[in-house]
Amino acid sequence: MTTSTRGAHRTPAVLVLEDGRIFRGRAYGAVGATFGEAVFSTGMTGYQETLTDPSYHRQVVVMTAPHIGNTGINDEDMESRKIWVSGYVVRDPARVPSNWRSTRSLDQELAAQGVVGISGVDTRALTRHLRERGAMRVGVFSGDAIQDDAALLARVQKAPEMTGADLSAEVATTEAYVVPAVGEKKFTVAAVDLGIKGMTPHRMAERGIEVHVLPATAGVEDVYAVNPDGVFFSNGPGDPATADHPVSVMRGVLERGTPLFGICFGNQILGRALGFGTFKLKYGHRGINQPVQDRTTGKVEVTAHNHGFAVDAPLDQVSDTPYGRAEVSHVCLNDNVVEGLQLLDRPAFSVQYHPEAAAGPHDAAYLFDRFVNLMEGQRA
Amino acid sequence: MPKRTDIQSVLVIGSGPIVIGQAAEFDYSGTQACRVLKAEGLRVVLVNSNPATIMTDPEIADATYVEPITPEFVEKIIAKERPDALLPTLGGQTALNTAISLHGNGVLDKYGVELIGANVEAINKGEDRDLFKEVVEEVRKKTGHGESARSYICHSMDDVLRGVEELGGYPVVVRPSFTMGGAGSGFAHDEEELRRIAGQGLTLSPTTEVLLEESILGWKEYELELMRDKNDNVVVVCSIENFDPMGVHTGDSITVAPAMTLTDREYQVLRDVGIAIIREVGVDTGGCNIQFAVDPADGRVIVIEMNPRVSRSSALASKATGFPIAKIAAKLAVGYTLDEIPNDITRETPASFEPTLDYVVVKAPRFAFEKFPSADSTLTTTMKSVGEAMAIGRNFTEAFQKALRSLEKKGSQFTFVGAAGDKVELLKDAVRPTDGRVNAVMQAIRAGATPEEVFAYTKIDPWFVDQLFLIKETADELAAAPELTAELLAEAKRHGFSDQQIGEIRGLREDVVREVRHALGIRPVYKTVDTCAAEFAARTPYFYSSYDEESEVAPREKPAVIILGSGPNRIGQGIEFDYSCVHASFALSDAGYETVMVNCNPETVSTDYDTSDRLYFEPLTLEDVLEIVHAEQQAGPVAGVVVQLGGQTPLGLSQALKDNGVPVVGTPPEAIHAAEDRGAFGQVLAQAGLPAPKHGTATTFAEAKSIADEIGYPVLVRPSYVLGGRGMEIVYDETRLEAYIEESTEISASRPVLVDRFLDDAIEIDVDALYDGEELYLGGVMEHIEEAGIHSGDSACALPPITLGGFDIKRLRASTEGIAKGVGVRGLINIQFALAGDILYVLEANPRASRTVPFTSKATAVPLAKAAARISLGATVAELRAEGLLPARGDGGDLPLDAPISVKEAVMPWSRFRDVHGRGVDTVLGPEMRSTGEVMGIDSLFGTAYAKSQAGAYGPLPTKGRAFISVANRDKRSMIFPARELVAHGFELMATSGTAEVLRRNGINATVVRKQSEGTGPNGEKTVVQLIHDGEVDLIVNTPYGTGGRLDGYDIRTAAVARSVPCLTTVQALAAAVQGIDALGRGEVGVRSLQEHAEFLTAARD
Repeated sequence: MTTSTRGAHRTPAVLVLEDGRIFRGRAYGAVGATFGEAVFSTGMTGYQETLTDPSYHRQVVVMTAPHIGNTGINDEDMESRKIWVSGYVVRDPARVPSNWRSTRSLDQELAAQGVVGISGVDTRALTRHLRERGAMRVGVFSGDAIQDDAALLARVQKAPEMTGADLSAEVATTEAYVVPAVGEKKFTVAAVDLGIKGMTPHRMAERGIEVHVLPATAGVEDVYAVNPDGVFFSNGPGDPATADHPVSVMRGVLERGTPLFGICFGNQILGRALGFGTFKLKYGHRGINQPVQDRTTGKVEVTAHNHGFAVDAPLDQVSDTPYGRAEVSHVCLNDNVVEGLQLLDRPAFSVQYHPEAAAGPHDAAYLFDRFVNLMEGQRA
Repeated sequence: MPKRTDIQSVLVIGSGPIVIGQAAEFDYSGTQACRVLKAEGLRVVLVNSNPATIMTDPEIADATYVEPITPEFVEKIIAKERPDALLPTLGGQTALNTAISLHGNGVLDKYGVELIGANVEAINKGEDRDLFKEVVEEVRKKTGHGESARSYICHSMDDVLRGVEELGGYPVVVRPSFTMGGAGSGFAHDEEELRRIAGQGLTLSPTTEVLLEESILGWKEYELELMRDKNDNVVVVCSIENFDPMGVHTGDSITVAPAMTLTDREYQVLRDVGIAIIREVGVDTGGCNIQFAVDPADGRVIVIEMNPRVSRSSALASKATGFPIAKIAAKLAVGYTLDEIPNDITRETPASFEPTLDYVVVKAPRFAFEKFPSADSTLTTTMKSVGEAMAIGRNFTEAFQKALRSLEKKGSQFTFVGAAGDKVELLKDAVRPTDGRVNAVMQAIRAGATPEEVFAYTKIDPWFVDQLFLIKETADELAAAPELTAELLAEAKRHGFSDQQIGEIRGLREDVVREVRHALGIRPVYKTVDTCAAEFAARTPYFYSSYDEESEVAPREKPAVIILGSGPNRIGQGIEFDYSCVHASFALSDAGYETVMVNCNPETVSTDYDTSDRLYFEPLTLEDVLEIVHAEQQAGPVAGVVVQLGGQTPLGLSQALKDNGVPVVGTPPEAIHAAEDRGAFGQVLAQAGLPAPKHGTATTFAEAKSIADEIGYPVLVRPSYVLGGRGMEIVYDETRLEAYIEESTEISASRPVLVDRFLDDAIEIDVDALYDGEELYLGGVMEHIEEAGIHSGDSACALPPITLGGFDIKRLRASTEGIAKGVGVRGLINIQFALAGDILYVLEANPRASRTVPFTSKATAVPLAKAAARISLGATVAELRAEGLLPARGDGGDLPLDAPISVKEAVMPWSRFRDVHGRGVDTVLGPEMRSTGEVMGIDSLFGTAYAKSQAGAYGPLPTKGRAFISVANRDKRSMIFPARELVAHGFELMATSGTAEVLRRNGINATVVRKQSEGTGPNGEKTVVQLIHDGEVDLIVNTPYGTGGRLDGYDIRTAAVARSVPCLTTVQALAAAVQGIDALGRGEVGVRSLQEHAEFLTAARD
């Protein structure tokens, strides 16, 4: 097996950025052509979770950690039903996975799911390029898909951009489903799926919440049809500026004063619902080592991030919104990006990062408890 | 919330002499801490008995005490300096234990000193086995993960058998309770072994108790480095995975950062448990290290231990990530929080994050078993390595192969030529963890072992095993290819193959491979260690090489000086050389150069990214250095490469660098040859009219015999081309000479044996000097306290010399100048002389910074290494005098009469080693160096300085009790007065018959005891060695007798070391000790800082 894997890895592959920079390497996963937004992720663990995170839909993910695939793929760590990244860029893929839970290799999984990747490129040089020039469109080509560089560049420049992309519906469930509470059921939550990760309803279920996951297209009436104690808006891909439907649903929830919690895309939706703008970060936050300060306690938590857009809200003042006073509750200490919002007069809050982790540290898991507290408070 | 305002001064405790398990990493961490605290405006008081440290440089702290790290001396310092706080977490176990003692005996309370960075309760919870078990249980309740190894307490064989069932079967670990040093413990794989080991254990245990513990041998082993601040923010700085599974001390394991074979879920479990532990233990501020074992079959996590302080692993983690743990720990200790501290490397982001790596770090241990032939070389949970090398690459194979070649040890690199050997034999060899096990594994793979077989025998994780296969397959491709294509060569370089390895595989010379490679345009690029995987721009040029696409070396304008470091610590080449390199960097930076450091030792100050303008964390081989020189020449002008400060490692590259067109500054390679080549050096001596002991070279016993007959026994014999006195022996007769020649396997026409006359009664003298081509600056003259024949690195010495007169110094000065001039030195030279009768013999000269440079510099308050670096780049002694770097007039040879006296004492690693039967190893000192470190005692009186050196190295001299005296005839007269003094101080004397007779005739009472050679008496009278072992002797005076008696003396000395009884081997030492005992007895031993000594010395010079 060793020899054959080595052989497959010798198929040439090319990575072409929209600004014309080219990296050459070897094919990884499926052979062919793919396009997307080039972004880098700095997590050293958790590639399986990253690959299956719907927020990465239409993105070509560059892993800064050089060794990828060491622990193979297992059946438990999927964050959704499939791999969502449109392309995968690694330096040194594992030839042999090693882990007691592993059932197959990452290479096999990528190939089986038709995900085109490239290995053996200077991922650090690529990352530095993206850091300096910003996230941009990219194409990965291998095998017969390789043409002359100019032709490949032209194809990349014709690919759609991330700004203005409305992608939630492409990744979210089409049918509502229920994640039952673990142990005694205490609450019901309607979770609007904009690209939800599997760990999120799981973290709620662990706290006695029965989670009704609803399609992205769900309306206010669908949300209240499950008679929820709280409403949740999930993470997801795309430009929040296009997410008019979820924004209007959230406004409906805010008006009724139902406890509300949002993560990532959900935070941007809350920002928009409150009247703040959103903007695209130069190269985004993608990793599991980001320092976020909870401004209510002053404590710093190390958190998992995956966002290319952010909310534009004033950091050091309370803002008046149609739903009462709002403030920035969390901020990223690396670059002062808004990482959380909370309403002071209604039971609603959200964070830009991922308290459900998977992959990433569990420092922010307390936010699920906060959500539970809000629902308890509302009952009392 | 910024720093505390209620602390104005802090006492920092260092870790003392370098010993196995506590090495240069604490100089690195202590230096960082002192700098931080000083920069915060605090008055820093430092105590450390180790002069070969940067932290004890007078600039680093406000008051530097090179005094013994004992509660008594530290109390004196506290009483004098009255610090507000004590920071004990940066000086290893030594500092922590001292702080606990000072807390326990009430000294801290008495003087109102607050312990910062740790509290006693947390230290106890972390270090006490039972308390820690409770911590782990608490953590399991909170996180649902982590446990201690299961154990079962037994008081009978029935209990034992039941215990095995409770623990789920064999193997089990058997640990008898309350036995010294873990005696009687072992692994039982079946009932027969169990009955034998546990039966013996129950007998050995004073409480008839053995602990059975489940075996976790072969599990995966991990470490996490954590930091916590006073606001309870916690970050995990680094994860480390051991290549060698459980059973080998992490210090002796090949380790890898970050962890390579954990999924995120499993990693987060370790992280959650780690954070819960640091909280539960209650480390308020600072760092800790936690070790885990993970069952490869199901992921069960066992918490092995935690260290509530900065450790060797945290130094490694700091170098591996760019996150300076000690520096941050010091800031946290004075009240900052992690989010208030900027990340040095990015400058814009805070320290309250977790570094992420886009490279792989591999650390490999360096052992010295060749110095201890009788020691059991099996690696166990007791650390035995004396140093380590770290390498960074963009993948594991690159980092791993770089680490192996960084070890600079014959056979440390993989070899792919020649017969591999028998697969099964090799696999069986690989079961036992040893130095070089990984090479046996590679040979087994070459011999056809499958990955499954390798795992079955070694339990090395299959992913790592596959990496070994990847290396082997790459070697196969290299061997099989019809020609070296660019693609093939690039692929091999990406997997870390050196030009030398490729040459060996292809049957080419290394330089030919290099030429081909350069012609094909294949060169390494240099990437930055930046803590953040390039997410943010890095401001600190901390580089490693990789065969990748883009280089990050920025152009520069200023001329650069490249300083080559000394590589992994080993016996004979340790921290002293790093000290000199760091000094060169400081001095040359001050002189306007851009300084570029090259080294691969993660323990050191030189590899702190703060030390030089640029740091290359790279192996010190010709190939790696040439590539760095090339990269720096591309970046801007290179003024030169400094090779004479890092010991033999860079010195050995000198000629080859010059041959490759590299500008080597300082003493030229030809001059190095003139000093190192026996023939050439003989000519230098002859021209200068200086005598050397008679000698000759031999390749057969007949030749050796005729030389020995001519020059007379005893003779000193040694193989040529060795370092650190390797294989050296003093031979007293023909029989032994014949045996020696027979045992020496490496003798050949090109590698003859050197036979020198051994100067039996000589005083050995070490001289460090600077020479600029015109003027000599005598740095210092050290008189050895031990007799000739003991390696200079292992013997104590005094500076200024205690028995040499003005005439001797004059001769030494003239001889030194003659040699420096004759050899052609530009910089430092170290010469060893022997004064026998009235003749001053030259033993050897080393045209480089010596081991004693830091000691000499501290004793004379003159920075010799800084001056040497400047002279290398063209400055003269006169200019340096004018500048103030050297004293305006005078030198180390004409110190004022009342100059303080410094005594250096060597520290030996005997207690670390056991032979295969578990007995202590032979502790005989000899011409082969075996000490790992040194201490310095400094005082205005020799006796007190000597007493301090002993206290720092081995524990205090006794002030009462029983003294055993046995001296050679020639010493009997001079022994009488000091012996009388001992009696006057209340000592009871014991002596062998001859010595006792002399004492009695002089009116001094002494009990006669039996010599070892006489054996136990008819009525069970113990021999002196038995008495020592039984703890009935408090002080030993034993001067060597010559041939036969020398061995008897060694037995006594062995026993002394085993029991930690002070042992004096010269009458001078006895006289010195008596003066020390006198001073100790009168309670007059004071403490004085180096700054005060320097002020005094400067004043006395003017």
